[in-house]
Amino acid sequence: MQDDLVQKIKRDPNYHQLVSSRSRFGWVLTALMMLVYYGYILLIAFDKEFLAKKTGDGVMTWGMPIGLFVIVFTVLVTGVYVRRANSRYDELTHAIQEKVKA
Amino acid sequence: MSTIKRHLAAPLLSAALLAASGAAFAAGADLGQAERQPTNWTAIIMFAVFVVFTLFVTKWAAAKTRSASDFYTAGGGITGFQNGLAIAGDFMSAASFLGISASVFLNGYDGLIYAIGFLVGWPVITFLMAERLRNLGRFTFADVAAYRFKQEPIRIFSASGTLVVVAFYLIAQMVGAGQLIKLLFGLEYWIAVVLVGTLMMIYVLFGGMTATTWVQIIKAVMLLGGASFMAIAVLAQFNFSPEALFAKSVELHAKKDAIMGPGTFIKDPVSAISFGMALMFGTAGLPHILMRFFTVPSAKEARKSVFWATTWIAYFYILTFIIGFGAIVLVSTNPEFKDAAGKLLGGNNMAAVHLAKAVGGNVFLGFISAVAFATILAVVAGLTLSGASAVSHDLYATVIKKGKAGGGSELKVSKITTIILGIVAVVLGIVFEKQNIAFMVSLAFAIAASANFPVLFMSVLWKDCTTRGATIGGFVGLITAVGLTLVSKSVWVDVLGHADALFPYASPAIFSMPLAFLCIVVFSLLDKSGRARIDRAGFEAQQMRSETGIGAAGAAAH
Repeated sequence: MQDDLVQKIKRDPNYHQLVSSRSRFGWVLTALMMLVYYGYILLIAFDKEFLAKKTGDGVMTWGMPIGLFVIVFTVLVTGVYVRRANSRYDELTHAIQEKVKA
Repeated sequence: MSTIKRHLAAPLLSAALLAASGAAFAAGADLGQAERQPTNWTAIIMFAVFVVFTLFVTKWAAAKTRSASDFYTAGGGITGFQNGLAIAGDFMSAASFLGISASVFLNGYDGLIYAIGFLVGWPVITFLMAERLRNLGRFTFADVAAYRFKQEPIRIFSASGTLVVVAFYLIAQMVGAGQLIKLLFGLEYWIAVVLVGTLMMIYVLFGGMTATTWVQIIKAVMLLGGASFMAIAVLAQFNFSPEALFAKSVELHAKKDAIMGPGTFIKDPVSAISFGMALMFGTAGLPHILMRFFTVPSAKEARKSVFWATTWIAYFYILTFIIGFGAIVLVSTNPEFKDAAGKLLGGNNMAAVHLAKAVGGNVFLGFISAVAFATILAVVAGLTLSGASAVSHDLYATVIKKGKAGGGSELKVSKITTIILGIVAVVLGIVFEKQNIAFMVSLAFAIAASANFPVLFMSVLWKDCTTRGATIGGFVGLITAVGLTLVSKSVWVDVLGHADALFPYASPAIFSMPLAFLCIVVFSLLDKSGRARIDRAGFEAQQMRSETGIGAAGAAAH
């Protein structure tokens, strides 16, 4: 990338907004995902009985909805990020690109 | 059926399933030693139809494959949705389909814990890697890792990381293919290995990434369709009530209530976390997966592709869970699928295959068998292409020719490499026939998490990272991951026959990955060379391109 282009982007407030808000959002979601997954793993490691406990009178255990939750959460959290990135962040990116061209 | 030698197959297969904390079988792994079954012509004919169809696809793709960019990345012309299916296809291997459903069939809930591990890496890839990869790279992940660094050391490291991961993954797939063909088609082991090697070479040589991607997409759709049919057929028998399915399974399963909660899969917390880390971050360091981010035209499509991949993989794992329980109810009770000792014919990995027959008869059984085999073929093609790219693009064009190779000669080198890799894969597949390869896929994930991922991550996100730090840290991660695996139970005891493992945990990742990061940080900070100044100064421009896509390959398209 040429030096003048770097300087031009550097002066663009949109760029700084994009970088800081996207990286914050990405890291928050990453932390959430790690919390959910490693929380689940630690629950299995330290309290198997909790997951094997019955939810009601039938055979259904708490482990089933919790496991399903981890799967669904994984998909949802990815969806949330992609949705925001493909709208808000792409608009910002587009604005930066236009300014550079000008 | 009475001619089948039963005494060996079942125990070995279940042993393989449970080996090394159950580490190895999903996402394309070990199926253990299998006994040859009677020749299944329906399955063979269906597979032949698949092959003929994919060869036509390859012919079509060959007409479009002219430049190096066409060969490596399908000219960047794959959409996010298509790429998502292809990525999911790379992940939904025969062994994950048969292995996870078998694990659920045997132990119930533990199969779910295992499957979840393979899913949770995807969001992390989405948030931190996917679009940056797309914006910085062209053909291989080394393009990204070496963006602002001195090319040679990083390229040599990346190519080593790629080839080691590809080699272990490839051996596991080839041996899996040989075992599967005995089970599913009733043919000899070597036929599978030669068949997979030859077809894969044809796809990659003539059709490049376009053919490889479409073969993967076709297979993914067939696998998702077949698995959906099975899961729906199972649930339909219980009026779509999971409670009723689980209740019947608990009643019939030898372990009764225990199948509804965690069993022995997770033993100690260190192994659990370590294994989880290898899966979570290993996914973000698998070269054949990373390469797929360069096949889409923009960062937006790259993001969409991970979203679709995550969705399909999640859906697939839920299906395999239902299929496993379905097998408990419909397969374990049916004497047709069992031998005199009450073991499953062909071993526990056949649970899903028998279920296919139980719900869809012989024709559907043939279909599922053909799909399971096609799966290996598609995964092997993707692996070979990524190995060939590392040799031709990273080693030949950048290290040997110093970036002065023409596109034509680079393409020629990648085709020669494809042929060599194909031959090597066939030879290794035959050499490793009788070996215990349960550790290979988990090792591939551990190396990807401990070598490729830290280097990629730090080069993209940490401004003070230098060539020296990244190279040393990457190699330390690579060597530590391989070394610790060698002295862990899966190799030291199970392969080499020693009494006790020197390294007590299931996966090295909890040690080797932080060590790689630590070495990258320490050696980068200590690096006062002139090159280090250039490396650090290059971060700003690299970050701008990675964040905005300005200057990225193919960016003109938007």
